[in-house]
Amino acid sequence: MKTDDLVMLLAAGEGPVPSHAAARRFAPALGLGMLVAGLMMVGLLGVRPDLAEAARLPMFWVKLGYVAILAVVSLMAVLRLSRPGVRLDKVPAALVASVLSMWVLAAFVLIHAEPAQRMGMVFGNTWKECPSLIAMLSLPIFAATLWAMRGLAPTRLKWAGAAAGFLSGSMGAVIYSLHCPNLDAPFIGTWYLLGILIPTLVGALLGPRLLRW
Amino acid sequence: MTDKSRLNEDEERLRTLLLQGLGGDSVAYHAFLKELSRRLRGFFRRRLTGLPDEVEDLVQECLIAIHNQRQTYDARQPLTAWVHAIAKYKLVDLMRRRARHDLLNDPLDDEMDFATPSDDEASDARRDVGELLDRLPDRQRLPIVHTKLEGLSIAETAQLTGMSESAVKVGVHRGLKALAALIRGE
Repeated sequence: MKTDDLVMLLAAGEGPVPSHAAARRFAPALGLGMLVAGLMMVGLLGVRPDLAEAARLPMFWVKLGYVAILAVVSLMAVLRLSRPGVRLDKVPAALVASVLSMWVLAAFVLIHAEPAQRMGMVFGNTWKECPSLIAMLSLPIFAATLWAMRGLAPTRLKWAGAAAGFLSGSMGAVIYSLHCPNLDAPFIGTWYLLGILIPTLVGALLGPRLLRW
Repeated sequence: MTDKSRLNEDEERLRTLLLQGLGGDSVAYHAFLKELSRRLRGFFRRRLTGLPDEVEDLVQECLIAIHNQRQTYDARQPLTAWVHAIAKYKLVDLMRRRARHDLLNDPLDDEMDFATPSDDEASDARRDVGELLDRLPDRQRLPIVHTKLEGLSIAETAQLTGMSESAVKVGVHRGLKALAALIRGE
């Protein structure tokens, strides 16, 4: 088929294209992914029994706000990386700044803590399971994000996959924080971040294969 | 008129055609794709000097890709940036495919390069999209053939094939995606 004929074929009989392609793709995908992850958390791990009391502590909201901000910033990265020719601009810097601010808080807390308590603040009693549980809860959101991106047009596939992993990791961490009993900044700055980085790495590795179009 | 303002004018004209096309104006959309194919040909020809045979195939692959992902164009974004990112992506993808292919098949035909004439005209694509179209299942092929090659409406196609109107629309959409996948060799 000659190129002019192909042009004719492509242009013929096409109606208007609905706008807000990204929103129509991501809203249902992330909604469903969060729902499945939430059900997994409730069914497999359980909501922390003292949630009502914990919700009265400022640090509970700092933790939730921190992972929520990571999710929002990485969603911006995902949306930008899903469309050809859109620059990331300051999104990576915002992500780094969010992570650093938790580290600053962690350093502040550790400096002011009794030396004997410092180890406990970093490791808590759930450090071994925290990263892998966040990675597990991120799975449905990760799959949903990749599905949504496949309907758009990412051109930097490694970065797009990594951003999808970071987004699903942070959203998984939002859900996990309703189960996790630990509220110490050093713990969150270490193990939550590690949990988010697991799907990020997986995304960077799988992106070039799964997002190709 | 300076070169820069002429470039801006070109970009603005092409962008208007695309936006009208996205709004459902198929005449404007046709004009957009036609102008785009000319520019893509120039872009790829400059970058594939050693592989002139690949140029037209890549132009066609890019056109189908741009058509399939046209909903990702944001009107606030410069059109050139969007088109360039897609063209570059497809060029890199072709190079990766060839590199993988060359690992398995020793490229012995290199000496044939002497015989390749230089060409200014649009050469024929080596890969025939029409043949690939024939390989699609009927539920995708028939909607494309009737609505796009024969110029029937969605309703007429639905009546003719016994499919529902939404199945016809889905068939066109999925068929063009499947066509792009066949071109990528998936």
